[in-house]
Amino acid sequence: MSDTPNSPAKGFLAKHALLERSPTLLLVSTLLVVSIGGIVEIAPLFYLEGTIEEVEGVRPYSPLELAGRDIYIREGCYTCHSQMIRPMRDEVERYGHYSLAAESMYDHPFQWGSKRTGPDLARVGGKYSDAWHLDHLIAPRSVVPESIMPGYAYLLNTQVNAEHTADLVSTHRFVGVPYTEEMVEVAAADVLAQGDPDTDAYDDLLERYPGAQIRNFDDAPGVSEMDALIAYLQMLGTTVDFSTFTPAASR
Amino acid sequence: MSSNDQKDIDEVTGTDTTGHDWDGIKELNNPLPRWWLWSLYLTIIWAVGYTIAYPAWPMVSSATAGVLGYSTRAEVAQDIARFEDANGEILAQLASADLNVLNENPELLRFANSAGVAVFRNNCSQCHGSGAAGALGYPNLLDDDWLWGGDFENIEYTVRHGIRNEEDWDARYSEMTAYDEIFSNEEVDQVVQYVRLISGQEHDAGMAEAGTELFLNNCSACHGDEGMGNYDLGAPNLTDAIWLYGGDLESLEETVRYARFGVMPPWGERLSEAQIKAVTAYVHQLGGGE
Repeated sequence: MSDTPNSPAKGFLAKHALLERSPTLLLVSTLLVVSIGGIVEIAPLFYLEGTIEEVEGVRPYSPLELAGRDIYIREGCYTCHSQMIRPMRDEVERYGHYSLAAESMYDHPFQWGSKRTGPDLARVGGKYSDAWHLDHLIAPRSVVPESIMPGYAYLLNTQVNAEHTADLVSTHRFVGVPYTEEMVEVAAADVLAQGDPDTDAYDDLLERYPGAQIRNFDDAPGVSEMDALIAYLQMLGTTVDFSTFTPAASR
Repeated sequence: MSSNDQKDIDEVTGTDTTGHDWDGIKELNNPLPRWWLWSLYLTIIWAVGYTIAYPAWPMVSSATAGVLGYSTRAEVAQDIARFEDANGEILAQLASADLNVLNENPELLRFANSAGVAVFRNNCSQCHGSGAAGALGYPNLLDDDWLWGGDFENIEYTVRHGIRNEEDWDARYSEMTAYDEIFSNEEVDQVVQYVRLISGQEHDAGMAEAGTELFLNNCSACHGDEGMGNYDLGAPNLTDAIWLYGGDLESLEETVRYARFGVMPPWGERLSEAQIKAVTAYVHQLGGGE
């Protein structure tokens, strides 16, 4: 390597020859530089109070909603549907109030997505009836002829298996969702109770998960994967009461 | 490799080389183009200025707000306010309008219809169809056959509160009886045949005759003695050719046995006053408004 008069690299800058000749040194230095970027950009998000503003009403998913969320992920719904209403007029006009960080604070992982083949689902809860969701999931074109969504009728064939529900809930608890010991213990019962409007646990379930919708979502006996998915869809974006929400100016 | 203190000039171009040598092929060491280099310096200076002007640097409890005071949330709020102000007068007019005399104000009528179609396509079309022709189980809004009434007041009430939902206590509500365990199989068939008779379809006259009394004793309270339906109860007219769940034997039997329970969500919370009026006016003028 020559240090020539018409090269701008002189003195300290010329030392890059050292890096170029030692792969190990180059690797270590690269990691060092990248980690500085990471520390500056990512680390503050964990301590800045403004990252997730406090919003009333957001609660952990009920066991049935959580099961539905797993089905949502399993079926790859996120590849076509986002769950993030961006703060732009057109999005707010179409989908409702822009999404808040707090609304996905119990999502592990979050389902914001970045591609919309179908519409955003962040506030789909309560927008349509259970019967519509059922018809639409069984045969999307029976209600929306323009749709290119595939059908998911087979979700009716599989009953929700409560055997692993407690594990699922306690795993979410492990990664920071504030489920109580009691919630984990009764999760297996709760997952089935929410699909049965005549359940004895009606009031207890509502106390544990305020605003949870307790219905026979798929209009069929038992608690199927369809029940779980519709329960999940029907609660999306419904937990925050925006009439009591004042947005902070900047975040 | 050339030695570090000696220039290695390429003979053909007269340019310095890097000294790297691959089987006799050497790499010219041309300096970076000045414009490129200065562009790089400029972007670095720009970046520093940008982080001062806009929210950027994380501090102890929050990030710097930036001297320009930019906020995404303020911007979207302004953007929405700009259009609401621009339409403010006509929106206020629409929100408090008496829809029954909307025809007398052509400008407002035009505005209501075009605003209404936008609201409809975004919120209603998934069930009622983008052309409002409905689907099996979801009423067609193009005809003049109404379940809960088709004048402005009734359409507005239905839009605002919905039907048989759990969210709105003022939602329209009625519940058809499921006759599966009340009627014998024969009685179910007889009532089905009677409904086929009054709706002018092919039927078994003898069974329909036998179904007459069953209908009068059980069904007429809601559907009326003549089977013409009742807006107050959302009971459909059974004498026309318009069917929400189908008028064939199989569908009718299922309806009689297990009843139907169509749900519509309430829109009072989701839509503004003006939007509710607009979509009401739009649905009313689709063809069947009373």
